[in-house]
Amino acid sequence: MWLQWGLLRMVRVTGCGVIDQLNRYRMKLVMARRVLITGLGPVSGLGIGIDAFWEGLVGGKSSIGVIEGFNAAGFKSQLGSEVSGYKMRDYVPKSHRKMLKVMAKDIELAVIAANCAVNDGGLVTRGSESDVAVSYKPSRVGAQIGAGLIAAELNELTFAMKEARDGEGGLDLDKWGSEGMKSLTPLWLLKYLPNMLACHVTIIHDTQGPSNTITCAEASSGLSIGESLRVIQRDSADLCFCGGAESKLNPLSFLRQDYTGRYYAGGAEDAKGAVKPFSKNAEGSVVGEGGGILALESEETFNEREGGRVYAQVLGFGASQSIDLASRNTKPSEDGKGIAIAIRAAMAEAGIGAEDLDLVVPFGLGWRESDVAELNALRTVFGAELDRIAVRPIKSLIGSCAAGAGALDVIFAAKAISEQYLPGVVNCDEPLDEAFCSNVDGGDAVVRNALVVSVGNGGQNTAIVLGKYEG
Amino acid sequence: MTDQTTEQKKHRVVITGLGWITPLGHDIETVWGRVRRGESGVGPIEHFDAGAFPTKIAGQVREYDYKNYVSDVGLHGGVGLNTGFALGAAKQAWDCSGLGEFTGLNKERMGIYLGSGEGSPNFEGFSASNLGSWSDESREIDAVKWAELAMTHLDKMGEVEQEPNMPLSHLAMEFGAQGPCYNCLTACAASTQAIGEATQILMRGDADVMLTGGAHTMIHPLGVTGFNRLTALSTNNAEPTKASRPFSGDRDGFVLGEGSGMLVIETLEHAQSRGAKVLAEIVGFGSSADAYRITDIHPEGRGGIESMTQAINAAGLKPSDIDYISAHGTSTKENDSIETKAVKAVFGDDAKKTPMSSVKSMFGHLIAAAGAVEAITCVLAIRDGVVPPTMNLNTPDPDLDLDYVANAAREMAVDVCLSNSFGFGGQNDTLVIKRFTE
Repeated sequence: MWLQWGLLRMVRVTGCGVIDQLNRYRMKLVMARRVLITGLGPVSGLGIGIDAFWEGLVGGKSSIGVIEGFNAAGFKSQLGSEVSGYKMRDYVPKSHRKMLKVMAKDIELAVIAANCAVNDGGLVTRGSESDVAVSYKPSRVGAQIGAGLIAAELNELTFAMKEARDGEGGLDLDKWGSEGMKSLTPLWLLKYLPNMLACHVTIIHDTQGPSNTITCAEASSGLSIGESLRVIQRDSADLCFCGGAESKLNPLSFLRQDYTGRYYAGGAEDAKGAVKPFSKNAEGSVVGEGGGILALESEETFNEREGGRVYAQVLGFGASQSIDLASRNTKPSEDGKGIAIAIRAAMAEAGIGAEDLDLVVPFGLGWRESDVAELNALRTVFGAELDRIAVRPIKSLIGSCAAGAGALDVIFAAKAISEQYLPGVVNCDEPLDEAFCSNVDGGDAVVRNALVVSVGNGGQNTAIVLGKYEG
Repeated sequence: MTDQTTEQKKHRVVITGLGWITPLGHDIETVWGRVRRGESGVGPIEHFDAGAFPTKIAGQVREYDYKNYVSDVGLHGGVGLNTGFALGAAKQAWDCSGLGEFTGLNKERMGIYLGSGEGSPNFEGFSASNLGSWSDESREIDAVKWAELAMTHLDKMGEVEQEPNMPLSHLAMEFGAQGPCYNCLTACAASTQAIGEATQILMRGDADVMLTGGAHTMIHPLGVTGFNRLTALSTNNAEPTKASRPFSGDRDGFVLGEGSGMLVIETLEHAQSRGAKVLAEIVGFGSSADAYRITDIHPEGRGGIESMTQAINAAGLKPSDIDYISAHGTSTKENDSIETKAVKAVFGDDAKKTPMSSVKSMFGHLIAAAGAVEAITCVLAIRDGVVPPTMNLNTPDPDLDLDYVANAAREMAVDVCLSNSFGFGGQNDTLVIKRFTE
């Protein structure tokens, strides 16, 4: 059977090549297992679930508008892309409902996304509350989920702090330590730990295999997806939930984003046109909230289970670090060198060349410093062949969803491959490079392989190559 | 499309550099000497006035200035405490490894994998912004007023440096790493996870060298508040050095520590090609989730059992091959009981014969950075043939009947160590570290 899995990577094989399955760990055996994307759970301003997301992308209608969740009039920008109008009860099993009160919005978004991915993938988990047996043994299911720094909810914290005022507008630490803090719910801290996105998902869906929480700003999702790929490749799990989610649409997180200088500071009149990836007139990005969870599954166990479908195969992954001392890594170096390292690594693992690539989903922040570096990286790696490849940034429609951004980009690429359709490009009115990215209409297309790039604030980059699954 | 079938050798991964900044000191040998003597780094909290807090003690890093460890202070000015600790520990590990003198290092093949925590919030500025914009009538914040106040109270650099990937980003600048770079934050398991995942990257051949470990402090008003509300911290304020008492019947919670542990690890080929001194080999890693409750550990310790089993299997060893267990051993009722149960489930009859201790009895709990510091003590235990003690273990707990190396270090041959870290929320990680032999 193992021939069917592809040749095995190993350092030692007993006798004449017969493998003792029971001793496979001891044999230091690494299997090059094929890894498939079999479930998609996007959550963004375009809506919840793959159908709403895809419809929004194909329609090219931006979800960016004036922030309604809090009054942002005190900040440079009042724009955001919000996820609203959902009821958490619809996405968690009864057994977990009492935990809803200890979920920051970042956690809610991840829990919703995981629920969507499970359902979309035709998977059965403990969270499905079904009579049907679960699809996988819990210890063979992993969860690698990207997250950001979660800000304390201001009203909740200040409601407690007000009991400890010092009379001069500040906080009296003695009053706080002896009395004030008691107004906070005992589980207060757990609402804000970044690993709680993964922890709630593991609890709801009973995933007991490898679990990780990666916190590298906008590269978090990409790194998490890459890590799930490796976990499955090395046979430490058969199914992994990966991706990430974040909401920076609260005053404290929004302030920190505002401070980075990467965001649109214009008025609200042209909200839909605010984010202009790869356009010379780009004025910065907009803070979005959202993210996505994907189901990554090993091919051989997928083939053995009931139901499901394959969107794409994950062919390659690369991670790298940009160094830009002058900006203290708050932007990638202009030549895109660090980004190119990740792209080359992913392409090499996939074993494909520029001529095999039909789609690039770039990070495309809509902030010139980042866009130029990314363009230079892609040009360096792909040369003139890049002119033929469709480049489709999506932040013009959903803003930048921080730790959740990369998951949405990978979900988009996987869906484009399975649909053999490319949505259009909007807001690129003055292209940095006409051949690279400009406004086009959507339409049917041959999409054999796609590259997805993430560029994190702080310098971490990822590149993921997906391919059409031929069975 | 590739057939992904290339036969690929799995690389051996060795440790060639160690460094730490801890409540017991700032260099490997001084701190290790103090650990062997069973000294404590715990004392009154000095970062802020904790006089009225339920917990007034912690293991603080003292008399430390990261500026003594960096090449260009301008590149790192204004960093958080966590990043400062990371820079000092990494510099030690870097010097220890000799990589600084190695001219053949390909920095595109050098990565960093940290398990570092977020920065310390500007609590004073934050609370002033909150209270100044609070309305007693509407019982909520006026967000416009808040923004105005926050922009005066919360400085730009301080806020940007809060992000958990900042220690990583600063190390990348300092050492020029351009390969795979990650920060994971799986609570108290983070730096054990980081070392394990970094090992996997090297085993697979995606890099030649990784700088790995973690840095963290939660000794700030919101951190202590959060843990006090969870009733997770010891309130034995009268006897700071005796407050952290893992596995003792009278344990009443953990004691916060802070600092950083860093390791340089590389593929064996790379280490040997440059004639590096190999300190130990990482042979096993396991990662799991309890998938039970965010507030409690699974009562039978199934997540810990899973991560230990994975790590021992990955090493190609049996539990009886393990000479020493570096316990997660936090000094909370729940952890120490369940960890003991889990070790018994994995080790069976060998459990009582395998010494297991918790250095948190001396350092306190460095949260995200704890695992890296503990991994370093494992390397030193192998090197010196000494296992560190569990201090303050004076009251027997009837259910806790393993060999916890109570109150005094023990000289014994150590070839293989297992190190556990279990995170709040149920993420668990285990490493197996072995004496290097060709």
